[in-house]
Amino acid sequence: MPKLTIDGRESEVPEGTGVIEAARRLGIEVPHYCYHPGLSIAGQCRLCMVEIGNNPRPQIACNTQVVEGMVVRTETPKVLETRQAIMEFHLINHPLDCPVCDQAGECWLQIYYMKHGLYEPRMVDEKVHKPKAVPLGPHVILDAERCILCSRCVRFCDEITGTGELGIFQRGDHSEIGLFPGRELANPYSGNVVDICPVGALTDRDFRFAVRVWYLETAKSICPGCSRGCNIAVHSNLRRPHHDGGRRVARLKPRYHAEVNRWWICDAGRYGYKFVDDPSRVRFPTRGRGDAAAEVGWDEIVPLIAGQLRRYQPGEIGVLASPQMANEDLFLLRRLVDHLGLAHVDFRVPPSRPGDEDRILIKADKNPNRRGAELIGLGPRDGGLDARGMLRAARERRIKCLWVFHHDLLASAWPEGEIREALESLECLLFQGSNGNGVRLLAHYVLPSAAWVEREGTFTNFEGRVQRFWKAVEPLGAARADWEIVARIGEALGLSFMPDTGEDCFKALAATVPAFAGLSYRELRDTGRLVWDCAGRGPA
Amino acid sequence: MRERLLTGNFHLPQSHTLRVYRETGGYAGLEKAFALPPAAITEEVKKSNLRGLGGAGFPTGIKWGFIPKGHQGPIYLVINADEGEPGTFKDRYLLEKDPHSLIEGMIISAYAIGAHVAFIYVRGEYVRPWRILRQAVEEAYAAGFLGRNILGSGFDLDVVIHRGAGAYICGEETGLISSLEGKKGWPKLKPPFPAVRGAFGAPTIVNNVETICHVPHIMRRGAEWFAGLGTNTQGGTRMYSVSGHVVRPGVYELPVSVTLRTLIYEHAGGLPNGRGLKAVVPGGSSAAILRAGEIDVTMDVDGLKNAGTMAGSAGVIVMDDTVSIPEALMVVARFYAHESCGQCTPCRESTGWIFKMAKRIVEGKGRKEDLDTILDVARRGAGTTICAFYDGAVGPYISYIEKFREEFEALIPRA
Repeated sequence: MPKLTIDGRESEVPEGTGVIEAARRLGIEVPHYCYHPGLSIAGQCRLCMVEIGNNPRPQIACNTQVVEGMVVRTETPKVLETRQAIMEFHLINHPLDCPVCDQAGECWLQIYYMKHGLYEPRMVDEKVHKPKAVPLGPHVILDAERCILCSRCVRFCDEITGTGELGIFQRGDHSEIGLFPGRELANPYSGNVVDICPVGALTDRDFRFAVRVWYLETAKSICPGCSRGCNIAVHSNLRRPHHDGGRRVARLKPRYHAEVNRWWICDAGRYGYKFVDDPSRVRFPTRGRGDAAAEVGWDEIVPLIAGQLRRYQPGEIGVLASPQMANEDLFLLRRLVDHLGLAHVDFRVPPSRPGDEDRILIKADKNPNRRGAELIGLGPRDGGLDARGMLRAARERRIKCLWVFHHDLLASAWPEGEIREALESLECLLFQGSNGNGVRLLAHYVLPSAAWVEREGTFTNFEGRVQRFWKAVEPLGAARADWEIVARIGEALGLSFMPDTGEDCFKALAATVPAFAGLSYRELRDTGRLVWDCAGRGPA
Repeated sequence: MRERLLTGNFHLPQSHTLRVYRETGGYAGLEKAFALPPAAITEEVKKSNLRGLGGAGFPTGIKWGFIPKGHQGPIYLVINADEGEPGTFKDRYLLEKDPHSLIEGMIISAYAIGAHVAFIYVRGEYVRPWRILRQAVEEAYAAGFLGRNILGSGFDLDVVIHRGAGAYICGEETGLISSLEGKKGWPKLKPPFPAVRGAFGAPTIVNNVETICHVPHIMRRGAEWFAGLGTNTQGGTRMYSVSGHVVRPGVYELPVSVTLRTLIYEHAGGLPNGRGLKAVVPGGSSAAILRAGEIDVTMDVDGLKNAGTMAGSAGVIVMDDTVSIPEALMVVARFYAHESCGQCTPCRESTGWIFKMAKRIVEGKGRKEDLDTILDVARRGAGTTICAFYDGAVGPYISYIEKFREEFEALIPRA
């Protein structure tokens, strides 16, 4: 491994490392636009100039590989002057329309001008005009005048998705990003080009003009859209509730994870959060079916539910958990199921259509925590019925009370008529979920769950990686985390274990379920831990 | 007697045909070359002091030596016939008048570097040269000089002619390679250099037409003889394209030790109509301009470098005392703004900006700070780009203003 010195600090890096990465490892940020660690080297922006050895000309740090004994200086007068010159070149034809630009506040032209530019503007001539507000696809819109032609978006579509929709057309200062004829930027990962665009050229049609970015709060999270478990950041707008029609979650952004999703997320995940602020949200507990449904408080409904669960024989009760639920929820539910001695427990309901899958990120299983439900053991026990069996038994009135978490059974792969008949045959249907569906309409009791952004917890992804997500916003109405609801009902039924926090749940889970042994929220950090070796089908 | 290696046959009728080429000793260098091991040819070319005649002036034999030793897989020879440097038209004559000398030079050069496919990238506007070259290649194939087992040597070579589409940047060797590969003609990042990783990912040598046309002569008459024709650091002759205000514009093949004054006043017949000389651009539009008093310089690579300009493509543009240098700068700035490929930022943004400032000055709307702004922008952008295009543009930007500043200032209204 070659050793080098950057700004007087010695470092050793693997063969083939670029100077820009070697600097980053030392915490030295070499400013850049076109360089992106997930894409090929373009060397176009010319901003990452550094002085190397005795070479009289500064060199670009992105395309220079470290060699033994290299001496790099990133802050010499010559480097600073070159950076300033390059910043001026980047900005002479830029429209400087920050007040109406959605990128303002997270724009690298703004950031680097303040850090490395600060020259007196000299450009007095007419700027080059290019197309503005050009929709490139369902999610992305282009302002070619703001574009600095770093080609990150082009390389993303060439190298990551392999779809090649974008190119740079024309020449000289008339060069512009655009679509090849007849193409549309509609690949399943198109939103990523907005993330990697360092300026306001590509903006998100869903997010733009919604909230100024400096009003956003950020929480680390995990995408619940499929079993990949992409690391994301939830950007929420709490300080300006009158912006964006009261939508609290403003956007989701990918969060780097070397093994799970690198820098990317899919569009389905990125725009899949709309249910959080959707009118279909269940806000308050209700009792009574259909038109007779009446809002009640938790203090009222918890004893009623406990009473129902006490009224029936264990063999007459079914529990249908969901792989949408967090490990904490599933663990507490299992405790309750064990406490009541229930055998008819399951979490698997086939979707109406098989999910799409690709070789990049998207997994066919659209649940974030199927592996967690398997590991925690929410399947049928002691000869109990599986989900389909429970519904058959309900039609035959052998199961009289069914507690359904989240699932829209009427929109599953199973025949709707048969399922409706089963649900209508129940004496007591409990629905617990964040959003209403066909099951809710038939339920005798409805319990409002907090959405994943409204609470903390962990999901176990398809490869057995347990990852934390954090709370971004408060629950709507009286909604509570699933584990909290289960805990209150459990308490009313005499269950001794009463966690106060998600972390308490996780501690108990780690102490009980072998796959999770030794884990804690602290231990999981930001990157999570593999607990299950999927290839070997055993503990990691 | 004046040696004319490249242009010696130009006066002969049908000089472009295989028949005439062979009658004048053509393809004789080839047999000599095949008798030598390839490495010996590279050595011979190194000894000849042949330097690249497309513009950069890099020693040809040394360039060939950059191909990785023991490389497995294809190696390509690419002939740069994308002659686009304003003021340069020598390769056009070679393609039209003596295409077989290029083909013979290619066969020897390909043999030396181990290439079995050679591309000729011909400027898109060169329709007639392309037609003639195509016929010559067909003739060479028919006569067994191209294809399998050339002259029983066991050496194979195929030649592919590729036509450009009119972009100046495709004359830059890596821009040319991108274009040849079917991509937009954008220069590539170096390293890797083409000799290591060039066309289609294979080691590639890109040489100018005129450079390669010299190779048969080096083979026929020896490196020492060739080196002796020139200066200590550059052998042979070269073809000077003389244009502008001279009595006899045209191409002159001369030893590189000729002075600019001799070239203009003796060979090109001096300036017409008794006009005085104002300025000369000695090496294509990218070369820094010289004042009338600065023309006692030798026209070899190092002679012009020492004079603060460059030999470049040897396109000599002569301007008499009627020429407005600010207008000339505006024209040349328009060219570079138009031809900048747009890939990297300093060149893309500042060529357009500098043209706008130059145009404004010519239109009488200049501001007193414009001249220093152009100089500062050009100096700060120089050396920061992917390819040499921008440094080429900086040559005129800076030299025109520095050497003729009063002319610019006279156009700028006083506040």
